[in-house]
Amino acid sequence: MVSVNYYLALSAILFTIGALGVLIRRNALVIFMSVELMLNAANLVFVAFAREYGVFSGQIFVFFVMTVAAAEVAVGLALIVTIFRSKQSIDVDEMNSLKG
Amino acid sequence: METTSGLFFFLAPWIVFAPLVGLLINLAIGQRLGEKGIGAVAASASGFAFVTALLQLYSLSVHPEGALVKVAEWIHIGNLALDWTFRVDTLSVTMMLVVSGVGTLIHIYAIGYMHEDVRFKHDVPRYRRFFVFLNLFIAAMMILISGDSYMMLFVGWEGVGLCSFLLIGFWYDMDTLGRPSWANSNAAKKAFITNRVGDFGFLIAGFLMFWYMGSFQFDAVFAAAPEVAHAEPWVITAITIFMLVGVAGKSAQIPLYIWLPDAMAGPTPVSALIHAATMVTAGVYLVTRSWPIYGLTHDGQYIVSTIGAVTALFAATIAVGQYDIKKVLAYSTISQLGFMVAAVGMGAFVAGMFHLITHAFFKALLFLSAGSVILGMERGHHHLPHGDHHEVFDPGDMRNMGGMRKTMPVTFWVYMIGTLALAGIFPFAGFWSKDEILLDAAKVFPHVYIMLAIAAFFTAFYMGRQIWMVFFGEARHAAAEHAEESPQVMTIPLMVLAALSILGGALNLPGVHTLTHWLEHSVHLAEHEGEVAAWLQVSWGGLNPIVALISTVAALLAIYLSWLLYGRNPLKAGQPDPLKKPLGPIFTGMENKWFIDEAYWFVFVDRYVDLANFLAQKVDWDFWHEWFHNSVIARGFVGLTRFLADPVDLGVVDRVSYWLSDLVKASSESLRKLQNGFVRSYALSVLLGVVAILGYLLFK
Repeated sequence: MVSVNYYLALSAILFTIGALGVLIRRNALVIFMSVELMLNAANLVFVAFAREYGVFSGQIFVFFVMTVAAAEVAVGLALIVTIFRSKQSIDVDEMNSLKG
Repeated sequence: METTSGLFFFLAPWIVFAPLVGLLINLAIGQRLGEKGIGAVAASASGFAFVTALLQLYSLSVHPEGALVKVAEWIHIGNLALDWTFRVDTLSVTMMLVVSGVGTLIHIYAIGYMHEDVRFKHDVPRYRRFFVFLNLFIAAMMILISGDSYMMLFVGWEGVGLCSFLLIGFWYDMDTLGRPSWANSNAAKKAFITNRVGDFGFLIAGFLMFWYMGSFQFDAVFAAAPEVAHAEPWVITAITIFMLVGVAGKSAQIPLYIWLPDAMAGPTPVSALIHAATMVTAGVYLVTRSWPIYGLTHDGQYIVSTIGAVTALFAATIAVGQYDIKKVLAYSTISQLGFMVAAVGMGAFVAGMFHLITHAFFKALLFLSAGSVILGMERGHHHLPHGDHHEVFDPGDMRNMGGMRKTMPVTFWVYMIGTLALAGIFPFAGFWSKDEILLDAAKVFPHVYIMLAIAAFFTAFYMGRQIWMVFFGEARHAAAEHAEESPQVMTIPLMVLAALSILGGALNLPGVHTLTHWLEHSVHLAEHEGEVAAWLQVSWGGLNPIVALISTVAALLAIYLSWLLYGRNPLKAGQPDPLKKPLGPIFTGMENKWFIDEAYWFVFVDRYVDLANFLAQKVDWDFWHEWFHNSVIARGFVGLTRFLADPVDLGVVDRVSYWLSDLVKASSESLRKLQNGFVRSYALSVLLGVVAILGYLLFK
C-alpha cells in the first residue's frame, strides 16, 4: 500500500500549483481552474486520511467540497460571463474600478 | 326628635332655597316671562321664604327650644366638623321674619320702581338682573342668619357683601345723575374693599376662636368660652375687638362707615333693603348671637358700646348738613346702627334687636318713600319742555324739591309716619325701641347715654329739616312742581310699612315685653349689676318715665327748631342753608362729612397709590425690569453663552473633532493605497495572511 506521505506530497504540490496559478495568472477562467486545483488538493488529503484511518467522514467531506465547488463554479462562471459582456475581456487586472 | 313631630322645623332650609329657586327661574326663563313675570317670580320667591319663616314662628311657639336642621356635611377635617346646619331659634327666626317680610314688601315695591328706573335710564334689560341679584341677596342673608357656626355665618356674610357690591354698582356705567362715569362702580368698589377690611377682623376673631376654643360651632364655642375667659381673659377681649372690626365694616360703624353713604348709588329699593333694613344689621345680629362671649368681657362691651355711641352721634351731625334726600337717610342709618351696636355692646340685646326690627320697618319705609319722591321728581322732570332735559338735574337733591305734599300726598303721609317713628315720637315704633336703648345705656354706661341722647336730638332735627325741605314751602324746581304720585304697586308696600312703623312698638310694650320673653329662649339676659341712680329705678313696667320724657322733649324741641329754621321761612331756590351762617365752619364740616373721606383718601388711598406707584416704577420696572432683567439676567446670559461659544465650543469641542477628522483623513490617505484594484494582490494578501496565521499556530 502506498504510504500516505506520497499523497500528502502530491497534494502539497497540487495546492502550490493552484495557489501560484491564482496569484500569477490574469485570465479569470484560469484562476478558477487554479482554485479548483486547490480544492482538489484538499480533497486528496481528505480521501488519503480517510483511507489511512478507515473512516468515511473524509470521503463524505469530499462530496461536500465537490458540491460547493460546483455551486461556486456556477456562480463564478455567471459572474465571468457578465463581466465579459460589459468589458469584452476577462483579464482580472482590468477589473480595478474599486481601487482606492 | 319626637317633640318636634308635627312641626315645621324641617322646612327651614326653604328659607334659603326659595329665593334660590326664584333666581334660577328668572335666570333661565326670565327673558320670556317679561317684566311682570320676573317681578312676580322674584316677589313670590321672597314671599315663600316669608311663609317658611312664619311656619318656623308657629313651630317655635309650640316648641320654643328650636331645632337644628342639618342639610349637608361641609368640612370634616380632624377634630373640625362643620356642617350646613340651620339653627332655628327665636333669635334667628326673628331675623328671618324681618328679612323676608321687609324683603318681600321691597320686592313688590321694586316691581314698580325698577319699571320706571330702567326706563328713565334707558336700559330695560337690566330689569331682570336686578331681581336676580335681589333674590340672591335674600338667600345669602338667610344663610347668614340661619347658620349654626361662625363659618356658615361668614359664608352668608360674604354673600351679602357680594350682593351689596353687585347692587351698588347696578348702574355701573354712570354716576348717580345718569351721566357716563365710573362713579357708581367706584362706590361699589369702595363698599367692597371697606368690607374686606372688616372681614379681615372677623376672620382673625374666627381664627382666635378656633385656636382657643377648638370650634366654630356656636354652642361649642359658647360652652368653651367661660373656661378660656378664666385662663386667658385677653383672648375673649381680642375676639370681641376683632369681631367689632367686622361689625364696623358690615354695620357701618366708625371707622369703616364711609362706604354706606356712597352705597346710595344703588337703586333705592337696594338702599332700603340692603343698606338700611337688613344687611347692615348683620353686625348687630352677630354681636347678639355672640352674647355669651360679649357677656364675659367688660372691656369689650365698653369699647363696642362706645364705638356705637360715637358713631350714632357723629353720623347724626353729618346728616344735618346733607342735601341729598338719600344721603340724609344714609347717615341716619349709620347713626341708628350706632344705637343698635351701642345697645348690643352693653348687653342690652333685646333693646338692640327691638330697635333693629323697628328700624327695619321705618327706615325701609323712609327709603322707599324717598325713592317714590325721586321718581316723582323724575316724572315731573320728564314732563318739562324739552329744552330743560339737557341740563344736569339731580332728582334726589332736596334743594330742588319743596311743596311736594300737594303733588305726592300718599308719599307725604307715609314719609311723615316714618319720620315720626325715626324721631322717636310717642307712640310710633321708634319711640319704644329707642327708649329702651336709652334706658339701658343710662343704667350701664352713662357716657353712652349722653351721646345717644344728643344723637336722638339730632335725629329729630335732621328729619324735621328733611320734611320741611321736601314737602313744605314752595317748589324750588319745575320738576317738583310737576311731580306725580307713584303707582299703587309702590304705594301699597309703603302703606304696609307705615302701619308697621306705627304698630311696631307693640312687639315689646312695657309691661308685656313680648319680644323679651320671646328672645329669652335664645339669648340669656343678665340684669345689670351695680349702682343705679335712684331716678333710673323708677319703672312703669320697664319704661322709665324720666328717660322717656327727656328724649320726647328733646325730639319735639328738635322738630320745633327745624321748623323755626326751615318750616317758617321755607328755603328759596338758590338760597344757602339757613344753618350755614350761624354755624359757619361747623356747618361746612357737616356739609362735607367732616372731610373724613378726604382724610381717608389722604391717609390711606393716596399713600397706597404712592406705594403702588413706587412698587410699580421703582421696584418692578426700574429694579426688576431695568436692572435685574437687563443687567443680571440678560447680561449674565449673554456672558455665559459667549463663554460657552468661544472657549468651550470653538476651543475644546471643535478642536477635538478637527483633530479626529484630520487623523482619520491622514490614516485613510495612506491606507487607500492598499486598495490597489488588482485582485491578485488581494489574493496574495490572503495567502500571506493564512501563512502567517498557520505559522503562528504551528510555532507558537
